Amino acid sequence: MDYFLTEEQQMIVDTARQITDELIIPQRAELDEKDEFPREILESVAQADLFGLYLPEQYGGFGGGCFEMVLALEQLGRGCIGVATAFAASALGAYPILLAGSDEMKEKYLPEVATGKKRAAFALTEANAGSDASGIQTTAVLDGDHWVLNGTKQWITNGGEAQIYSVVAMTDRSKGARGASMFVIENTDPGFSCGPKEKKMGIRASSTTELIFKDCRIPKERLIGKVGSGFITVMKTLDLSRPGIASLGVGLGQAALDEAASYAKQRVQFGKPIISFQAVQHMLADMAIQIEASRALVYASAKHIAAHPKDMSKASSMCKVMATDMAMKVTTDAVQVMGGYGYMREYPVEKMMRDAKILQIYEGTNQIQRNVIGQELNKEYT
Amino acid sequence: MKILVCVKQVPDAKDVRLDPKTNTLAREGVQSIMNPYDRHAVEAAVRLKEAHGGTVTVLSMGPPQAAEVLREAVSCGADEAVLVSDRAFAGADTWATTYTLAGAVRKLGGFDLVLCGKQAIDGDTAQVGPGLAWRLGIPYVTCVRRIEGCENGLLRAQRLMDDGYDEIEVELPALLTVVKEINEPRIPSLKGKMKAKKLEIATLSAADIGAEPQCIGLAGSTTQVVRVFAPQMTGGKTMITGTVDEIVDQLAAKLEALR
Repeated sequence: MDYFLTEEQQMIVDTARQITDELIIPQRAELDEKDEFPREILESVAQADLFGLYLPEQYGGFGGGCFEMVLALEQLGRGCIGVATAFAASALGAYPILLAGSDEMKEKYLPEVATGKKRAAFALTEANAGSDASGIQTTAVLDGDHWVLNGTKQWITNGGEAQIYSVVAMTDRSKGARGASMFVIENTDPGFSCGPKEKKMGIRASSTTELIFKDCRIPKERLIGKVGSGFITVMKTLDLSRPGIASLGVGLGQAALDEAASYAKQRVQFGKPIISFQAVQHMLADMAIQIEASRALVYASAKHIAAHPKDMSKASSMCKVMATDMAMKVTTDAVQVMGGYGYMREYPVEKMMRDAKILQIYEGTNQIQRNVIGQELNKEYT
Repeated sequence: MKILVCVKQVPDAKDVRLDPKTNTLAREGVQSIMNPYDRHAVEAAVRLKEAHGGTVTVLSMGPPQAAEVLREAVSCGADEAVLVSDRAFAGADTWATTYTLAGAVRKLGGFDLVLCGKQAIDGDTAQVGPGLAWRLGIPYVTCVRRIEGCENGLLRAQRLMDDGYDEIEVELPALLTVVKEINEPRIPSLKGKMKAKKLEIATLSAADIGAEPQCIGLAGSTTQVVRVFAPQMTGGKTMITGTVDEIVDQLAAKLEALR
């Protein structure tokens, strides 16, 4: 379907598509097999200016917004969710600085993120805190001109591969979520280290590690925003980033349909290509309907969010739920259409199905998204 | 360093047909791309610029739509683009093409280094690079797979051979033709594409470069395509040994026998 993109937006799509077709697709199976971080691909992504896509021009960015990010991520997601996640995580790590950081902080960190010279990461989750952010146990205590952090973050995307970490820590545990603050940690800070790479079901090209803080001392100025504003910054960040995850779902769904439909055209059973059987046609038709409906909602939500409306959390959550649940269903059906071949690692759809699962989990589980939508509805119908 | 890269717009190799009347490639309705070897030449030039400073100018002879490949080169890091375009250039073989390109190079004021792709994938002659160097009176190195260094007016390069490579040092100004092994061309950047979109492409006509009418286009071409066929690879190898005179005599005798 034609979404009437501007010339500039089409340029973004073309650039991301070229990276996907020429660099990501030929390498994705090997990266997955070897659990290998896609450093070279990300260098090309950086050279193509995509790391600064959503950042203002004054920080060396391209001046795009949520919608431009969605367009790029849809293409990268069509290639490999692992590679796309490694890319998207840098934006997730930079958003808190962009949204709540001081001018000095933005000037210090954002230009390096925009050029891709440095990667960022976002650190919220802990062993006992994920969906429930108030369970955070990492602490930050002011000691003269320094904050001292202690604690352990878990499952942090780009862990060990990022140089800039936006980290949530409790500055006043008695206040619950309102006692959380955000800090910038640099990979060279004393007392900071990363754990070993986690072994995952999918998105194996991306790096996921623990972050360990042992009396990690950082200058006072590394506080992002105000003391106690961490939770609000987290929510604002996720509102902006979730449509990106949704668009990964759209790209992934599209890739799965492309594989399944081309396979169904050439696979002959009972003397006919299986695409001529209604049972297969209906599956493919349902896949196409769900993908296009998700794409339309994601694009509309991203454009809606760009205006920073009051109900952006709802729009952001709605598109994330729809597109990522769709990706799980469509990739599962693509494996089904391809039968035994679909289940084999020789073909790309088994990886797509493994990768799809994380989309329903990270950046807020789809159950939490439904909570957000439900709570917003509860407020709307007073 | 002033670097010039010659690029050519060619039909996409995925979609090649011959015009049965003229025995030349059918270009109507065929997707056009930048000659793949030229993408490597542009990348090599941009890397030299990044390492040593300077400017990269891209030059193409072709119809107005060849401006597309010039814009692509600019989106990949070239600074300026010049199109040599005139109806009078139509039908040029490599002899007339090098005459025209040489005229454009002189008009533009000369360069320290000229880079070309090894050959174009449509004509496959590999003659334009060396021919242009001869016309400009500068040395050339073909099939460069690596540029090792460039300082004090000397450039060191590796020339790909069937069974290895030659190390060659050449004095600038010089012309190199490059093979695909030399680098991995970058994907055009967003900022590069924005720049390319806005760029005014200078166009030079036959009159602008002071071309003699009988030297350009079909009139200036000394060859014509009579038949197109795939040659048989013979692959055999004979070593001729002896003193230089003996080798020359034997070689001449062999050529005479083949005549």
